[in-house]
Amino acid sequence: MNENTNAMKDKYVFGFWLYIMSDCLLFASLFATFAVLQNNVAEGPAGGDIFSLPFVLLETLILLTSSFTMGLAILSMYRKDRRQSLGWLTATAVLGASFIVLELSEFIRFIAEGNGPQTSAFLSSSFTLVGTHGLHVAFGLVWMVTLMLHIYHKGFTPKNERVFTNLVLFWHFLDIIWIFIFSFVYLMQITA
Amino acid sequence: MIDMSLIFGKLTLDAIPHDPVALGGVIFMLIMGALTVCALTYFKLWKWLWDEYLTSLDPKKIGVMYIAVAVVMLLRGLVDASMIRLQQAISVGNDPGYLAPEHFQQIFSAHGTIMIFFVAMPIMFGLINLVMPLQIGARDVAFPFLNSVSFYLFVAGAALVNLSLVLGEFSTAGWLSYPPLSELQFSPGVGVDYWIWALQIGGFGSLFSGINFIATIIKMRAPGMTLMRMPIFTWTVLTSMILVVFAFPILTATLAMLAADRTLGMHFFTTDFGGNVMMYVNLIWAWGHPEVYILVLPGFGVFSEIVPVFSQKRLFGYTSMVLATCAITFFSFIVWVHHFFTMGAGAAVNAFFGIMTMIIAIPTGVKIFNWLFTMFRGRVVFSSMMHWFLGFVASFTLGGMSGVLLSIPAADFELHNSLFLVAHFHNMIISGVLFGYFAGIAYWFPKIFGFKLNETWGIRAFWCWIIGFFVAFIPLYILGIMGATRRLDHYDPSLGWQPLFIVAGVGVCILILGAMCQVIQIYVSIRDRKENIAGPDPWNGRTLEWSVPSPAPFYNFARIPTVFGRDAYWNMKQAAGIKLEAPARTLRDAALFERSEFAGARNVLAGAQPYEDIELPKNTPFGLYLGAASFLFGFGVIWHMYWLVPLALVIGIGLVIARTFDEDTEEHFGAAEIERLDKAYI
Repeated sequence: MNENTNAMKDKYVFGFWLYIMSDCLLFASLFATFAVLQNNVAEGPAGGDIFSLPFVLLETLILLTSSFTMGLAILSMYRKDRRQSLGWLTATAVLGASFIVLELSEFIRFIAEGNGPQTSAFLSSSFTLVGTHGLHVAFGLVWMVTLMLHIYHKGFTPKNERVFTNLVLFWHFLDIIWIFIFSFVYLMQITA
Repeated sequence: MIDMSLIFGKLTLDAIPHDPVALGGVIFMLIMGALTVCALTYFKLWKWLWDEYLTSLDPKKIGVMYIAVAVVMLLRGLVDASMIRLQQAISVGNDPGYLAPEHFQQIFSAHGTIMIFFVAMPIMFGLINLVMPLQIGARDVAFPFLNSVSFYLFVAGAALVNLSLVLGEFSTAGWLSYPPLSELQFSPGVGVDYWIWALQIGGFGSLFSGINFIATIIKMRAPGMTLMRMPIFTWTVLTSMILVVFAFPILTATLAMLAADRTLGMHFFTTDFGGNVMMYVNLIWAWGHPEVYILVLPGFGVFSEIVPVFSQKRLFGYTSMVLATCAITFFSFIVWVHHFFTMGAGAAVNAFFGIMTMIIAIPTGVKIFNWLFTMFRGRVVFSSMMHWFLGFVASFTLGGMSGVLLSIPAADFELHNSLFLVAHFHNMIISGVLFGYFAGIAYWFPKIFGFKLNETWGIRAFWCWIIGFFVAFIPLYILGIMGATRRLDHYDPSLGWQPLFIVAGVGVCILILGAMCQVIQIYVSIRDRKENIAGPDPWNGRTLEWSVPSPAPFYNFARIPTVFGRDAYWNMKQAAGIKLEAPARTLRDAALFERSEFAGARNVLAGAQPYEDIELPKNTPFGLYLGAASFLFGFGVIWHMYWLVPLALVIGIGLVIARTFDEDTEEHFGAAEIERLDKAYI
């Protein structure tokens, strides 16, 4: 039975890696498009005119911290400490939600200033790239809350453990994507 | 009075077609639908359909459903094709033909979209579902529920395409919807939106299937089946699915960007505000070229199974076959620019992509020679499947040569966008993909249903298809060289093209005759099924799927076999002392393996393994519900019904969450019960 469970977990985690690989390709397409369109500002502003470095740094720190708390949450799972694990997951969810709120407030600010995604190809591609990442984070939050319900009710069943493992992979993956967004969309535009 | 557009978005009564030809199509479709519903009700088949198929997670059942839907779509695609040919045969000079230009454009866009996405892809996924788990000695795919979701996403996409006939219109921008034509400025209707969301939803299904099948092949092979012992069909599935996982996200992103342009007013591919049209063309072909190989590699795989079995010899050059498959997989990603040499990328870029394209011909040639050398000095049984294979070799080689011709940028500048190109890719896809899949369906049909397809009608269908193919497409090669561009709805009589267009039209009639032969073949086979009982191993097969009874039991293998080499079942038959040195001369003889010998081979196959408890997934309708939710989502976006979109999204997410709370998803079968079922077959 034990061997069986491991094989199952193995299969699921492997499948999830494949999914992450395909998601990398999705982001790669959006990054490539951004690279081609980033200087096509038409009549609108360039990135340096509207991006605020301290703001993006705050977003980045929040997201990276959430990755750290996520790591602590799964370490608690390895120790079978349900209370602590749920606590760290809650912290992660709060941080993730704050990230989403910040990102939405940035989008709303841009649109209010008349720099919405309809303004230029540059803004279309940056909104879409950043927004797709945000959508993934939002999806991750829904997943996280669902998993917390499962863990709260059933504890660490083999199914919950492997789903947890996948969620952690997903969360770290989004972190890595964000590092690229931070570098290529924000930093390079601001310093350009 | 309330504003109806809040509820119905852009949808008004005007969306129902008024043009008599389109209206005829709608009425025909509704009648067929009503007849199906009546028949199911009359014969009291709804419960059977629901329990045995719609909610099933058995890959064999899902595979059958994939192919059934695809066959319906194939007939629609064929009708579209004949409508194109009829228009081009008569629309000369003063005669405008019977189709308005707008309608003609919808038809050729629908034809391409349907044939690639809703015929070729689902037949491929269907065959994989039917065969691949059996070939690797597995009881199921890695993620059975995801498999059902994939299928229903495909169905939702297909339903959207068909709905466009009844409500609104389909895209007029061709099967790949190049901007700026596909942008809101030039295509303000809902046609392109139908195209986008049908593909987007179906594309997610394909991506999930890709992940699912890779995980199945990598993680669930029977003990002893190393990668280099896998049947070639499974190898081609693996490489094809790797292409799916790499290529489909690009399609998803590209379609999302085009949708953002059209629905949210963004500027990715518009001609103003800094949009870049060629970005779209590059992205869509970065997906589109691998897509061609996604379809054709499993076709090659089918032939690699059929040729050794019907030549009664092991496959010539197994290793080189695997390497050639991998080489094609790799090269398919670095040739996409050959679809638009005329972009103006410059001589160096075009030369690179031209040479890469030519290089692909080498591994493909290796495969052709391997198959031919397999036949060499074999005792060839000329079954309908071998007919498909030989027809494939003849026409695919011709198409390959026209492809190498097109890969030369200088020649391509001349032939780009002409009917020569249309003839070339139909040549590749009909012979490589369609013939391959037809052969595969005939070959594995007995494993699924327990009886063989009628050979006489199969061979008749083959002759119609091969003759019809040449009659329909050789004229297009000539017309292309004469300067006829693709997608013409009207031309001048002085060009002298009409006779060739008429010949091509006759060709399509022969092709339709072929399809009719296949319908008759299915009817006759079902009628005479008692005389054509297949037995477990009707073709004297070599791979594991022939080691289980026909139709294959729901658990596939009562005992998971242990594999000691390539052609695992062949080795087992030898070990069990079955006389292989006197091969059968006719198909009927080949079907005759004594039951005791069959049992003996299976015992060798399973080794000394005892029967064990089996867990299999229970039926669930959640995949169906998810497909319905995604259909509603697509419908809402297409018609700008802004209340339906979030609603469908919430339903979809709610369904997924509800499913995670369902703990009772597995069904347990005790070892004793499996043993009893298994013994009952012998």
